[in-house]
Amino acid sequence: MIKSLPKSKFYDNGFKIYVVLFYIFLFSPLVITCILAFNDSDFPTLPWNGFSLDWFFSDTEQRVGLFSDSANLKSIWVSIQTAFFVSIFSLVIGTMGAFLFEQEDFRFKQGLYFLALSPLVIPGVILGISLLLATNSAGTFVEENFGFDFSILRPSFWLVVLGQFAFISTFVLLVVSARLKKFDKSLEEAALNLGASRFDVIRLITLPFLRPALIGAGAVAFLMSFENFNTTMFLIGSDTTLPINLYLQVRDGSTPIINAISFLLIISTSILAIINLIFTKKENSR
Amino acid sequence: MPIFLWLFLLIVLPHIELFLMSLKYENDMGDMVWSLQNYGEFFAEEIYWLTFIRVALYSILVTFLTFVITFPIAFYITKIVSVKYKGFLIILLLMPFWVSELVRVYGWMILLRESGVINYFLQALGLIDKPIEMLYNDVSMIMGLVYTSMLFMVVPLISSLDGMDDSYIEAAHDLGASKIVIFFKIVIPYTAPGIVSGSIVVFMLTLGNYLTPNLMGGKNSLWFTEQIYNQFIASFNWNQGAAFGFLLLILSSFIIWLGLKLTKQNLTKALS
Repeated sequence: MIKSLPKSKFYDNGFKIYVVLFYIFLFSPLVITCILAFNDSDFPTLPWNGFSLDWFFSDTEQRVGLFSDSANLKSIWVSIQTAFFVSIFSLVIGTMGAFLFEQEDFRFKQGLYFLALSPLVIPGVILGISLLLATNSAGTFVEENFGFDFSILRPSFWLVVLGQFAFISTFVLLVVSARLKKFDKSLEEAALNLGASRFDVIRLITLPFLRPALIGAGAVAFLMSFENFNTTMFLIGSDTTLPINLYLQVRDGSTPIINAISFLLIISTSILAIINLIFTKKENSR
Repeated sequence: MPIFLWLFLLIVLPHIELFLMSLKYENDMGDMVWSLQNYGEFFAEEIYWLTFIRVALYSILVTFLTFVITFPIAFYITKIVSVKYKGFLIILLLMPFWVSELVRVYGWMILLRESGVINYFLQALGLIDKPIEMLYNDVSMIMGLVYTSMLFMVVPLISSLDGMDDSYIEAAHDLGASKIVIFFKIVIPYTAPGIVSGSIVVFMLTLGNYLTPNLMGGKNSLWFTEQIYNQFIASFNWNQGAAFGFLLLILSSFIIWLGLKLTKQNLTKALS
């Protein structure tokens, strides 16, 4: 059953075949998507008509490649901006939350902690509609009582940022908490005894210790925001993010331009994942 | 203090608003009145509550299938394969899930659809005469949902199997236990916390999924989130949509609570 026990050939090979099949299942949709991005065809399917970069660079009537397609390029840019702000905000709040729950004691701590974790079990669609309803009511209230239109409370870029931030902070909180649990408080105390100010302690001792967790959490927050669909769907204004834009294209019939975008996404996220991995490995072995 | 703002303004308040909105109904005069009519509508229309029950059952099925499919992989990676390949296999396992769900669903669409790649190969091999539509049915939808949620099951499984000392299995083996007995009496109880936390996340994500059922499911595999979307965007009946949303929230909380109760776990522990 395990390495140290006697095993039968049948059992062993059966396991291996299963694992290989599993990995084929895992990768086939991604591999085929990438390959078809380079097929010289108007539809994302076989037969193979030869290699072509048309779906990236071409700019003709029939084929508009990705780099000439302003709608798609714009949505990528919107997504990058959204993800940037969401990761900054959620890193700040998530880290503060981690400190609060790991190092402080106060009344209702359990209850508040439960609340902080609740976004993990609230479906994204529900969070989206709740926020839409609440901000809409608040917006109407402001307009009726103060007579001006508070645009952040209408479906818009900033509302999307707010909605994604609401649940991504929880993930940051969990990642940073896990690292903070391993932190030896006597290091901080020693520094304080030696005359460092509270601010210096945080800057020179605590933050460097948390760095790998902060980088990891930042990367996760960025990706989660970049890919979010469910919550974003209800809060979106005129600035369409990439997942929403792709969804509309896939639903209404597709051209290989989606393969081209997917190819770039797969490549860039893989690179990001590998960098993140190498980085955490280095930090851990230190 | 910012933590309180975050939790109350963005989590608590919106959900209270959701609940309040779900209790308002536009009467014949066009005025908003407090009423349970939105919930009445849900029980009166067969299509609403049937979808609701079907989605709940399908989500449980997906959670179970995900567990059955990924457990052997987690076991293989932690207990059987040599340490040399372990890291590599784990990275390979995580890689696809860094990519957007939409891209993964799209990949399955171009594989499975009538003009898709699998049909092309089957025809080229002469196994079928004309293409079969493999997309847009319940089977393809469930497969898509399992594929999408595998990561959230396999990671907790790997971490709890990693913490398990091999000597438990060896001891049981030496005492004459068969593989099946070892599996049910030792491995499963030991990994129970991992199974529970994986199942909670998978269940919740499946229940709240919109993309996969929408793009891979057929005309008859309507998902409850699609009903909510229709109320909000198509019919513009926000109060009805709020009632649906609140029901979905109750359902997911209830099933998660039930799962925790049955396995005697606690939410804070299961999630962190």
